[in-house]
Amino acid sequence: MSGFVLKRLGFAVITLIAVLTIVFFIVRILPGDPAMVILGDQASQQSIDLLRKRLGLDRPMIVQYFDFMSGVAIGDWGVSMVSGRPVISEVLKVLPATLELTFAALILGAVIGVPLGVWAAISRNTIVDYLLRLASLLGLSSPAFVSAVLLLFAFAIYLPWFPVISSGRGTSLGARMNDLALPAINLGLIMAAYITRVARSAMLEVLGQDYVRTAKAKGISFFAIIVRHCLRNTMIPVVTVVGLYLGILIGNSVLTEIVFNRPGLGRLIVGALFQRDYTMLQGMMVIYTLLVVVVNLLTDLTYGLIDPRIKYS
Amino acid sequence: MNPQDPIPKVVKVSYFRLTLAALASGLVNAFNTNKTSWVGLGLFLFICLMALLAPTIAPHDPLDQNIFDRLQGPSAKYWMGTDAYGRDILSRILYGSQISLIIGLVSISTALVIGTIIGLVAGYVGGKTDIIVMQVMDVLLAFPSLILGLIVVAMLGPSISNLIIAISLTAIPPFARIARAPTIVVKEREFIEAGRALGYSNLRLMGGHILPNILPEVLVMGFLWLATAIRVEASLAFIGLGVSPPTATWGGMIREGFENILDSFWLAFFPSIAILSVVFALNLLGDGLRDAIDPRLKGET
Repeated sequence: MSGFVLKRLGFAVITLIAVLTIVFFIVRILPGDPAMVILGDQASQQSIDLLRKRLGLDRPMIVQYFDFMSGVAIGDWGVSMVSGRPVISEVLKVLPATLELTFAALILGAVIGVPLGVWAAISRNTIVDYLLRLASLLGLSSPAFVSAVLLLFAFAIYLPWFPVISSGRGTSLGARMNDLALPAINLGLIMAAYITRVARSAMLEVLGQDYVRTAKAKGISFFAIIVRHCLRNTMIPVVTVVGLYLGILIGNSVLTEIVFNRPGLGRLIVGALFQRDYTMLQGMMVIYTLLVVVVNLLTDLTYGLIDPRIKYS
Repeated sequence: MNPQDPIPKVVKVSYFRLTLAALASGLVNAFNTNKTSWVGLGLFLFICLMALLAPTIAPHDPLDQNIFDRLQGPSAKYWMGTDAYGRDILSRILYGSQISLIIGLVSISTALVIGTIIGLVAGYVGGKTDIIVMQVMDVLLAFPSLILGLIVVAMLGPSISNLIIAISLTAIPPFARIARAPTIVVKEREFIEAGRALGYSNLRLMGGHILPNILPEVLVMGFLWLATAIRVEASLAFIGLGVSPPTATWGGMIREGFENILDSFWLAFFPSIAILSVVFALNLLGDGLRDAIDPRLKGET
C-alpha cells in the first residue's frame, strides 16, 4: 500500500512538472507580449523594454523556465503586480472559499445524482428513465453562468430567500450556509447531471451481472440487492467521472463565483485578467495545476477504498 | 500467372470517396438507431438556418441604438424587448448565433484535424512515442479548459481568431485520445498486415486504411465538442473575454443583461435560452449517435 502511494506520488510530481512546463511554454509561444498587453497600445518602446526587464522577459526562455520552476518548488510564486503582496498569500486567502463551494457542490451532486441514476437504471426505457436522461442532458448542456443567472433570478430576486451577493465571509455557521446555498446548488445541480448519467450506465452494467441474478434467485429483497450488491460496484465509474470532470467543475466554479459575486479563485483570476496582473495569472496556473494533480491522486487512491479487490501494486 | 500475360490494370481507388460513402451509410444507420439524434439534428439545423438568414429575418439592425426605446419589455415592435442602448434583443440573438457557430465550427474542425493526426500517429507508431504523446494529452485534458482558454485569450486579446486558437487548443487532447483508441485496434487487423506486405507506405496505411475506420467515432466526438466549444465561447464572453462590443455575442448579452437583472429580466433570459437550445441540440445529436456507434457506452458521458 505505502509503496503504491509513493509510486503514485512520484507520478503526480512528474505530471505536475509536465503540466507546468506545457502551460509555461504555451503562454510564451503564443504571439503577444505581456509587457505590451499590460501597458496598452499607447506605451512607448522604452517603457515596454523597462517592464520586460522587470518581469524578466528579456532573459533567454530557458532561464525564465528554470527560474519559474524553482520558484514554484520553494513556494515563491512572485509578487502581485497590482497589490504588491506575494501571489501565494493572495491565493491562500481565497482558496478556502472556493474549496468550500466545490466540496458542497460535489456532495450535493452525489446525493442527488446517484439515487437518480439508480432510479433511471432500474426503470430502464420507461418514461421515468427517459425524463431523467433528458433532464440530465439539459443540466450538462447549461453553461454554469446561465443556470446561475436563472437561479439568482428565481430564488434571490423573485423569491427573496437567499442573498443576491454571497460574501462568503459570514461568521456564524448559519450565515455561511445561507451564503453558500445558491452557488452550491448551482454547481451541485450541474455535477448531479453528470453523475446521474454515469450512475445510470454503471448500474445498468451491474444489474446484468450473474451475481445479481443469483441474489434475486435467493429471494433477497430488491432493495437489499440494489443497496448491498449493486451500489458499491457502481461507485468506481462515478468516482472516475468526478475526477475526470474536475476541470469542468473548476471552470463552472469560476463562473458561479462571478455571478454570485463570491470571493474565491474565480474572482481572483478574473480580477488578475482585467488588471493585467501577469504574475498573479502565472500563480493561478500553478494553483489550478496543483488542484488537478492532487484530485487525480485522490481519485486513484479512492478506488481501493471502494473496491478491496483492487490491489495497490 | 504467365510472364506473357498482360500486367493487370491497377484499379485506382479513391480513398476519399470510399471514406465518404462509408461515413454516410454509417451516419444514417446511427441516426436511425437512436431517434433522438434526429431531433437534435433538426434543432441544430434550424439554428444554423436562423444564423444564415439573420440579415434577412432580423427585424432590426443589431447595432442600431434607439435611445427612446431603451430597456423596453417584449412587445409587438420588439419581440424580445430592447437592451440598455435600445437595441433589439431578437436581432442581436440572431446575429450572435453567427459568432457562436463560426467560432465553434472553425475551432472544432481545427482541433479535430490536429487531434486526429496526433492520435492516429501516436497509436500507429506505438512504443515510447505513443506513451509520451498520450501522457502529455492526458495531462492537458485534466487542465480546466475554461482556465486555459481564459489565459490564452487574455494573452492574445479577444478577437474571433484568438478565440478560435484558444478553444481549439483546449479541444485537441480529447480528439487525440478518441482517435488513438481505435487506431491501436485497427492497426493489428489483417488488411493492414496485407497492406504492409504489399509495401504500402505508413502514410498510405494511416490515411487510406485506418482513418476511414476511426472517422465515425471522431465525428461523433466532434458534435459533442462543438457543444462544449459554444459553451466555452459564451462563458468567455460572459467573463468579458468575448469578441469586443458592440458586436452581439450571446455570452456578452447575458453579461450586459446581468447588470440590469433586477428590473429587466428579458435581457439575460432570451440569450440564455438561445445558448441552452444550441448546446442541448448538439448534445442530443452527439449523444444519440454515440449510443448507436458504441452500444456499450449507452448513456455515459
